[in-house]
Amino acid sequence: MAKHETPLLDQLESGPWPSFVSDLKQEAEFRAKNEENIEYQIPQDVVEDLLGVLELSFKHGRTHWKHGGIVGVFGYGGGVIGRYCDQPEKFPGVAHFHTMRVSQPAGKFYTTKYLREICDLWARRGSGITNMHGSTGDIIFLGTTTPQLEEIFWELTHNLNQDLGGSGSNLRTPSDCIGQARCEFACYDTQAICHGLTVEYQDELHRPAFPYKFKFKFDGCPNCCVASIARADLSFIGTWRDEIPIDQEAVQAYIGGEIPPNAGAHSGRDWGPFDIQKEVIDNCPTDCMWMEDNKLMIDNKECNRCMHCINVMPRALRIGNDRGCTILAGAKAPILDGAQMGSLIVPFIKVEEPYDEIKETVIEPIWDWWMEEGKNRERLGELMKRQGFKKLLEVTGFKPDPRMVSEPRTNPYIFWNEDEVEGGFKRDINEFRKHHQR
Amino acid sequence: MEYEEAKTRIVEGLTKKSKVKSKFYFNDLAKILELKPRIAKKLINKLVIEEVLEYWSSGSTSMYGLKGAGKQASAEHED
Ligand code: SF4
Ligand code: SF4
Repeated sequence: MAKHETPLLDQLESGPWPSFVSDLKQEAEFRAKNEENIEYQIPQDVVEDLLGVLELSFKHGRTHWKHGGIVGVFGYGGGVIGRYCDQPEKFPGVAHFHTMRVSQPAGKFYTTKYLREICDLWARRGSGITNMHGSTGDIIFLGTTTPQLEEIFWELTHNLNQDLGGSGSNLRTPSDCIGQARCEFACYDTQAICHGLTVEYQDELHRPAFPYKFKFKFDGCPNCCVASIARADLSFIGTWRDEIPIDQEAVQAYIGGEIPPNAGAHSGRDWGPFDIQKEVIDNCPTDCMWMEDNKLMIDNKECNRCMHCINVMPRALRIGNDRGCTILAGAKAPILDGAQMGSLIVPFIKVEEPYDEIKETVIEPIWDWWMEEGKNRERLGELMKRQGFKKLLEVTGFKPDPRMVSEPRTNPYIFWNEDEVEGGFKRDINEFRKHHQR
Repeated sequence: MEYEEAKTRIVEGLTKKSKVKSKFYFNDLAKILELKPRIAKKLINKLVIEEVLEYWSSGSTSMYGLKGAGKQASAEHED
């Protein structure tokens, strides 16, 4: 028998999709039975009370959670997000219901043993409810009490070799696509740099001194599986500078229907025979492909590495061989000013350990600028808008490049800095008057 | 700047404003110290370790306050 009646939540279970309500009920029952004899360190009925307060919020049409607090683990300014229920008498099990962010491994590779261990820890010291994974990529532990925070942190770091992730005005846990571990489109080792920079910038991750959050995301190619271009303050997107190698025999095999396009994806329906003109050449956004003497040709100077042709015919076309990444800055999901995509700042850079060039010419100058000039709660993208892209080029020392321009100028003026003009802006008025009357 | 001087400045600066507010942004502290953010950070970290300051976080933003200042501690039954 459920502790609280939840008719509104029950209704959510009637839809065609798996419901989180069913998951919560299952967990509530698991905890109530406790067949594994877990020594629960927080209320055994935490999940029942969670269902109860959620039902109440539905009924009232407003939340009963309070956000934020001084909870945390000693020495860390992030990784724990305080949450309290404003109806603690009715729902004592969720009076404290803090979130912990646990730093995910690069590429999100786990062993089943590890997953079992973190789940055991969380069943014992928390609600047992997780979110795999949050939008920063972290493993999210949902709901524990204040006294458990240090205990969980101790067990994570000492027994599981596992750190907390970032939250607040910190570097957030860097995240990456699966990259070279499984994907032949990866133009650099996303996991190596993601892990490398996570270790390098521990201080930035755990001790808040930024105006607001800051995210690195690493995509091995422009398919952007972690959507870095839309949501990272610095997006690293794999690319190449030479040509797309073409295997003409494989092209013919695609045309002849011997190899299914898109590696067999979309095969749930009959789309008719593969049409290279319609499905590849006409869809090239820069119109740089054509057939000549039954051979596929690409004008690589015009190719913008959109990945379309490679995605459709992965056995005929491959990423180029001179590989690195493109860096974009300033993407964010809406906070103050609405969503913003990243702006290109480095067209091409080699991605080589120990990444000194990336750290010293891109990351650190940008941080110095933003830490000094950024207003409280201002993302890098907003500072770029406020002070202008030109300022970003100035602080990083990158030369303006046509590839940074996404549209024709909307401003008819060209501004010069004083040091760019011979003799500066000052003039001798007496000298001027010799040639020009008043 | 030496740690002790930073401590005096921060404690005085925050106490002066304590009637109006109890939580401060990192930049407010750097301004009190009149230091560049990166240098200020080292001293401010130390003030946290020594439990002069404590972090406050909403989840998206972090702030700093004198330890125990503000209503949070008693309001959230965590005294
Ligand atoms: S972003 Fe590119 S390299 Fe990374 S997993 Fe996706 S397709 Fe592969
Ligand atoms: S990657 Fe995109 S732009 Fe380049 S040739 Fe293929 S379809 Fe055209």
